[in-house]
Amino acid sequence: MALDLDHIRSLFPVLHQEVYGKPLIYLDNAATTQKPQAVLDAISNYYEKDNSNIHRGAHALADRATAYFEETREAVKDFIGARESAEIIFTKGTTESINLVAATFGRKFIGKGDEIIISTLEHHSNIVPWQMLCEEKEATLKVIPISESGEIIFEEFEKLLSAKTKLVSVVHASNALGTINPVERIIEAAHKVGAKVLLDGAQSTSHLDIDVQKLDCDFLAFSAHKLYGPTGLGVLYGKREILEAMPPFQGGGEMIKEVTFEKTTYNEIPFKFEAGTPNIGDVIAFKAALDFINEIGKENIKAHEDELIAYAQEKLSAIKGFVPVGTAKDRVSVISFGINGMHPFDVGMMLDSKGIAVRTGHHCTQPLMKRLGLEGTVRASFSVYNTKEEIDTLAEGVEKIARIKNK
Amino acid sequence: MSSIQEIQDEIVSEFEILGDDKESTIYYIMELGGGLSEFPEESKVEQNIIKGCQSKVWLTASEENGKVQFQADSNTDITKGLISLLIRVLGNQTPEAILNADLNFLQKIGMGNIIGSQRSNGLVSMIQQMKRYALAYQAKQNA
Repeated sequence: MALDLDHIRSLFPVLHQEVYGKPLIYLDNAATTQKPQAVLDAISNYYEKDNSNIHRGAHALADRATAYFEETREAVKDFIGARESAEIIFTKGTTESINLVAATFGRKFIGKGDEIIISTLEHHSNIVPWQMLCEEKEATLKVIPISESGEIIFEEFEKLLSAKTKLVSVVHASNALGTINPVERIIEAAHKVGAKVLLDGAQSTSHLDIDVQKLDCDFLAFSAHKLYGPTGLGVLYGKREILEAMPPFQGGGEMIKEVTFEKTTYNEIPFKFEAGTPNIGDVIAFKAALDFINEIGKENIKAHEDELIAYAQEKLSAIKGFVPVGTAKDRVSVISFGINGMHPFDVGMMLDSKGIAVRTGHHCTQPLMKRLGLEGTVRASFSVYNTKEEIDTLAEGVEKIARIKNK
Repeated sequence: MSSIQEIQDEIVSEFEILGDDKESTIYYIMELGGGLSEFPEESKVEQNIIKGCQSKVWLTASEENGKVQFQADSNTDITKGLISLLIRVLGNQTPEAILNADLNFLQKIGMGNIIGSQRSNGLVSMIQQMKRYALAYQAKQNA
C-alpha cells in the first residue's frame, strides 16, 4: 500500500519550515525522528489536565495519570510482543537500559574469567558499559569481526562462543551503516552455550517488526525518541525470570516494598527497576507515538523506507566521487557515504546550507570507523515522512558538492 | 602594511557581497582555504594540534623582523578557510598588535550564524592559540 505522504507530513509540524531560505529536508532520522502532533498534544494535555505523581496518590488526577502511564507500558508490551507488561521497564533511553543490565545482571552474574561478546558494529553505548564491567570483574570482552561490506562474520562469532560466554550484547541494526544483524541465528547460537542475549534495538525498533518472544532475546533496549516519541525516555525489556533474579538498579522511592533502617525489601518487577518519580508526561505521550506507528502499520512503514533507500542508492551511486560505506544486503533505511577528496564535516555543512539535515562524523562508533579506515562518514537516514523528491534534492546537492573535487 | 582593522574592514566588505546566501558563503570560505601556503607534513604533530576543534587544525608560528608569521593546515576545507581568514588578519603583525586585536569582523559578518556554535568554539580556540604565540614572542622580544 502506498502511503498518503501528504497526510503523514501534515501530522509533523516541524517539517513545515525553511532553513536559510530553503525548505527543510530532514534526513537525520537515525539520530532522532520528528514528533507527530498527537505526541505534542499528549504532552501538553498531560500537563494541562492530569499532572500528578503516579501509583500512590489518593486522588483523581493521580488515578488518571497512573492509568495512562500503565497504558503505555501495555502498548509497549504489545509493540514488541512481550508476554506481560511487567517485563517492560522505563528508562532514560537505550544507553541507560544497557547500563542497567550491566549494573545489575552484570554485577550478579558476571565474574572473573567470564566473557562478554559484542560486535565491531556497536555504538559506544554498547561497548563502554561492558568495558567498565569487565574491568571491575576481571572478565573479558570479545568482539565479533565484520567483513568489508559491514556484516558480522558469523563463523567467527561461533568461534568466540564457549562455556565462558555469559552475555552476547549486539546491535540489531547498525546506526552507522544500517546493517541488520542475523539476530535469530545469534540468539540461537548464544543460547546453546548458555549465554544470555541483549539486543540494542535503538535503530531496529522503528523499522522492523519485532517480536521478542519469537526472537527469544533475553533483553531488548531501545529509545522512544527514535520512534516518533519524546526524548529522555527508553525501554528495557527483559524476561521475567531474569529480571526477578537481578538485583535492583538504583535505590529510592517506588522500587521498595518496605524500608526500615535495618533492611529494605524490594518491590516487584518492573517497579524494582524504576526508582524515583519517572518521566510520567513523556511515557504517557509515547503511547501516541506507538498509536501513530500502529495506525500506519509497521509493514507499510518498512515498505516505504525500503523504497526510499533503494531509490537513494540508485541516485547517489551514479554520482562521480560518491563512495558508499557499508553495503550489507539487509539494511534499515540508513545510507552512509563519503565523497572522494572531501571531509565528511565539509559535506555535511554544505548540505546544511542547502537546507538538508544529515549527520557527519563517527556516529559514536569509533572502533567501527577505525576498522573501516575512516575518520567518519556522511549519513542520510530516512523515515516514514521522507519523499523521493527530497532524495532528488539530496542527490542534486551531493552531486554539486562532489564536483568540487571530482571533475 | 595594512593594520589589523583595515584588513578586517576589507573582509567585511567581501562578505557583504555574499549577502545572506548561506550556501555561497560556505563555498567562499572553503575556497579561501585553498589559499593557505603549503604546510610541512612533519609539522603535523600532536603538539601543534589546536585543542577544542572538532576537526583537526595544526598551527605553527615563527618570527620575522619582529612580526609573527603563522602557518596552518586542517583536515577539513571549511576549517582551512576559517584559519586562513585569521592568518590574513593576524599574520605578519607585531605581537603587540595581535594581543591588542579586537576581532570585530567575526561579529560583523555573522560568523557565529554561518558556522554554528560547535565550530565557533573551535574558532575561539584558534584565536586563543594565535594570541598565545604572540604572547610568547612578545616575552622573547622584551627579554
